Amino acid sequence: MSSVNYGSKRIVTGAGYGFRDWLAQRVTAVLMALFTVVLLAQVIFTSGPIGYEEWAGIFAAQWMKVLTFSVIIALLYHVWVGMRDIWMDYVKPLAVRMVLHVFTLVWLVGCAGWAVQALWRL
Amino acid sequence: MTELARKRPEFRNINALKDLPTYRLPAAGIVSILHRISGFLMFLLMPLFIWLFDNSITSEISFAQLSAAFGIGIGFVPGWFFKLLALALIWAYLHHFIAGMRHIYMDAFHAVGKEFGKSSAVATLVLSLGLTAVLAAKLFGLY
Repeated sequence: MSSVNYGSKRIVTGAGYGFRDWLAQRVTAVLMALFTVVLLAQVIFTSGPIGYEEWAGIFAAQWMKVLTFSVIIALLYHVWVGMRDIWMDYVKPLAVRMVLHVFTLVWLVGCAGWAVQALWRL
Repeated sequence: MTELARKRPEFRNINALKDLPTYRLPAAGIVSILHRISGFLMFLLMPLFIWLFDNSITSEISFAQLSAAFGIGIGFVPGWFFKLLALALIWAYLHHFIAGMRHIYMDAFHAVGKEFGKSSAVATLVLSLGLTAVLAAKLFGLY
């Protein structure tokens, strides 16, 4: 190892986002788990068959829209951390990995936008 | 530990085609790699999931069309194919969710012993595959 530790010879270790992302994955996971329970409870406690009216009715309530929106954003971050880890583990060439990162982000943001649009059309 | 019949093999420079298929992964290892695979699968199937959500809440007509898609299909894609995709999503979500909760439990309660790792991994597989089987039966009209 070089005794010079500045400029282009500077050895920088750690990207600095590990703890934040580790915690964020758990926090978003708990939020999504709670959402699953809330949604499941509404489905289970609907008496009679669930047709369009009952199903769309669940997502028509303003509080449910806000909760679902929060979950969509949480999912965005959760999936990004997971996918970034996957690319980081298996794709070593930097150029290829960067392309995949961009693709992943565009895919996720597009999906989130579509879901939010569908949610607020109600 | 009991005496080993041969020297414990070392794995340096893991060759995907030679070493991975012959290595016996412990239960916790299987749960772990399936956690990753299920996550990746859901990432790929995300547009399908949002398409289902969109059509299910937009209007009665789209809701009915969606129900029909699972029955007779859309265009040249048969109904059972949509059901299979839905089943893949169901398994992926169930496994990822249960394995994820196992992670959080181990984090919160510092339950990192080897025995607990094995028992919780087996429980994860039994629960996720069991629920998948039950929901598959419901999905394909077995009850």
